[in-house]
Amino acid sequence: MDILPILSTLKRHKTAAALIVLEITLTCAIICNALFIISDRLEQVREVSGLAENELVRVQIVSIGGDPDQAARTRTDLANLRAIPGVKNATVTNQVPFVNSSWNSGVRVTPDQQQATLVATSYLVEEGFMDTFGLDLVAGRHFNPDEFVDYEDYNQADPRPAIPAVIITRKMAERLFPGEDAVGKSIYSWGNEPVRIVGVVEHLVRPSQLGGPSAREYSMILPLRPHYNVGGNYVVRTEPSRRQEVLDAAVAALRGNGSDRIILEENTRTFEELRNEYYQAPRAMAWLLGIVCVALLLVTALGIVGLASFWVQQRTKQIGVRRALGATRTQIMRYFQTENFLLATIGIVLGMLAAYAINHLLMERYELTRLPLHYLPIGALALWLLGQASVFGPARRAAAVPPAIATRSV
Amino acid sequence: MYGYYFKLALRSFRRNRVLTALMVLAIALGIGACMTTLTTFHVLSGDPIPGKSHRLYYVQLDPANMRGYNPGEEPADQSTRFDAEALLRERRADRQAMMTGGGVAVSPEREGVVPFATDARYTSADFFPMFEVPLRYGRAWTAADDDGRARVAVISSSLNERVFGGGDNTGRQLRLDQADFTVVGIIDPSWRPTPRFYDMYTDRYGDLENVFVPFSTAVDLKMNRSGSMDCWADYDGHPYDPGTPCTWIQYWVELDTPAKAAAYRDYLVAYSEQQRAAGRFERPANVRLRNVMEWLDFNRVVPNDVVMQLWLGFGFLLVCLLNTVGLLLAKFLRRSSEIGVRRALGASRAEIFKQCLVEAGAVGLAGGVLGLGLSLLGLWAVRQQPASYAQLAHLDLGMLLLTFVLAIVASVLAGLLPAWRAMQVAPAIQLKSQ
Repeated sequence: MDILPILSTLKRHKTAAALIVLEITLTCAIICNALFIISDRLEQVREVSGLAENELVRVQIVSIGGDPDQAARTRTDLANLRAIPGVKNATVTNQVPFVNSSWNSGVRVTPDQQQATLVATSYLVEEGFMDTFGLDLVAGRHFNPDEFVDYEDYNQADPRPAIPAVIITRKMAERLFPGEDAVGKSIYSWGNEPVRIVGVVEHLVRPSQLGGPSAREYSMILPLRPHYNVGGNYVVRTEPSRRQEVLDAAVAALRGNGSDRIILEENTRTFEELRNEYYQAPRAMAWLLGIVCVALLLVTALGIVGLASFWVQQRTKQIGVRRALGATRTQIMRYFQTENFLLATIGIVLGMLAAYAINHLLMERYELTRLPLHYLPIGALALWLLGQASVFGPARRAAAVPPAIATRSV
Repeated sequence: MYGYYFKLALRSFRRNRVLTALMVLAIALGIGACMTTLTTFHVLSGDPIPGKSHRLYYVQLDPANMRGYNPGEEPADQSTRFDAEALLRERRADRQAMMTGGGVAVSPEREGVVPFATDARYTSADFFPMFEVPLRYGRAWTAADDDGRARVAVISSSLNERVFGGGDNTGRQLRLDQADFTVVGIIDPSWRPTPRFYDMYTDRYGDLENVFVPFSTAVDLKMNRSGSMDCWADYDGHPYDPGTPCTWIQYWVELDTPAKAAAYRDYLVAYSEQQRAAGRFERPANVRLRNVMEWLDFNRVVPNDVVMQLWLGFGFLLVCLLNTVGLLLAKFLRRSSEIGVRRALGASRAEIFKQCLVEAGAVGLAGGVLGLGLSLLGLWAVRQQPASYAQLAHLDLGMLLLTFVLAIVASVLAGLLPAWRAMQVAPAIQLKSQ
């Protein structure tokens, strides 16, 4: 197929050709970036938290004013919760994932470091935490029973004692001690004394997005037994089918242990619900971008159909002449299809450049990463197919032009 | 003449129904997407306190120690209790207030209402006149109440309804945590600053706090705080102690002229130097004084997703417009013989140009009407989201007018190229054939 005749014809219809190219360029640029953002958001929504989410429920409770017996009441609460039928284990902690409040501290590897190596979140836990949350230990060991200290005692002691042990996540271990075994090493975070790392868990996300995606799993677990007024999170583990029943029983058990406390109803729910709500925004964005991509492709297709039909109509006499001179129907169709393919190619090349330019802008302002190369062939293929599908109808109509048209008038 | 062109335009719509429908649809989709995202952005990025936002300033000092110090970095985004109380005592601005978020347990005396927890704000007397808070009943507390740690509270209308059943309840007792407070004022339900600019660590587009009490009282009773507490060193004692090395308090001032603002800034630098000489501050003086809009801008208060959606809306509109250009070109050039006849009868090129633009504008008007419907649908979809700003997404009169203006302007712009091509049609060639 000769390209040159096609190009010289296009040169005489510059406006319409430029419009098609421009439309394809914009569509390609927007779609490449939109698909990338969709995959980024879906990755966020699917992240592994480390918890046994479908088995956990959370109750949030707060006392009216201070409670001088908070430590003792917490112990009775936990005993009551563990006695509920169907409960595998229960724990109390200062914070939970998928909620926006968190405790964060800088972590250093040497005592005289000026800048913290990273900022990690601190989970204050008691004995039942690891089992309740269902965390996976990949190195070292769990806390020993003698390593736990009541948070109240720790806070009020003067001077504060050194924290005996800490368990960190694998991502944090890799960042602090790259390539080495973190178990046995010490970090400096709470207080001036070193804290020994005794174990490493596979995954444990922090509650909020503080620090961005790379800091998502910088979490440390400290054996400081919290009472219920430190964050007020009771977490209970049970079977997935009994979660609502156990949640109601847990609320009743906690209410039964004193009327001077308030259960925060809107924060008391299963972890699955907490997670769903937490990821509502990225999910909505992914849906929106998906709808916009489809709409954009539709609009571009309609535009190409419209312009191609118009072109066919304008060139009816030219097609008639070609047919009279011996061109077959297939050759006419091929002509229009090749013309469209050419325009689409120019549009896609320009579109890819535009896609990278847009991605660069988004990277600076919105914490996106660089567009991976494999999106470009996907976008290119989509637009080639779209162009060919759109031009099919008008090309068939062109092929149906009878040769007699050529002889009809000037 | 324009009336005639409008009639011609309508007639040509009827002749090319499919083509016109495609054009109107394309414009409507583009306008619908653009206006939905633009309205959401407009609602979230507006001025929360118009008329006063350029006179209210947020104070930032740098009280931390040298550990982690990087020259040229931003200072802390909140203040320590010591600094806030010192600045409040010296009263150098026209008005000033310190504040922090909190949470209280309300135990109503009313039958059938169980105790519940709610958001609170612990602040000082100037908060209410400074932010022009309209009070439905009663009054705000005074500086004397601050000094005396009086147990007084200003509550919201919704709390008034929930606890007392509505009405003027100033003077009544309200049990907060384990103490009784006297209600001195009830806020008018019309006050809902969007966003809640005075504290960047609360839900910025959420509901107003329900209880306001003096900061000194809250600290005296050790009531629970909420928000962010950022400590640069370990400490013994209670977090609320004045000497705690933590920033957790927001400090706002009112300065009526730019000259006063410059003078106050110098005062803050002098204060920092004074603290350094006294051994409290370790870092060189690093102060900021931003007004409301600058503070909102600095905190990037509009969610990133909303801004990206805005750009997406514009991109989509641009593609739809390109579509319209092509379709209008097809439409006009298809009528070349008709244009040729008009030109032969004496119409000038300018008249043809005007006729085509009127037609493009008519398409834009139709697209605008449909696009308005689509944006109302889009905004309804935005309101279904569980985000706290979702309920605010409504089309106001300004945005309504903008929809039509945007639709007509966009389609006229789209029609410029096709109209120009149409007016180039040479009458002789059109009249020659057939």
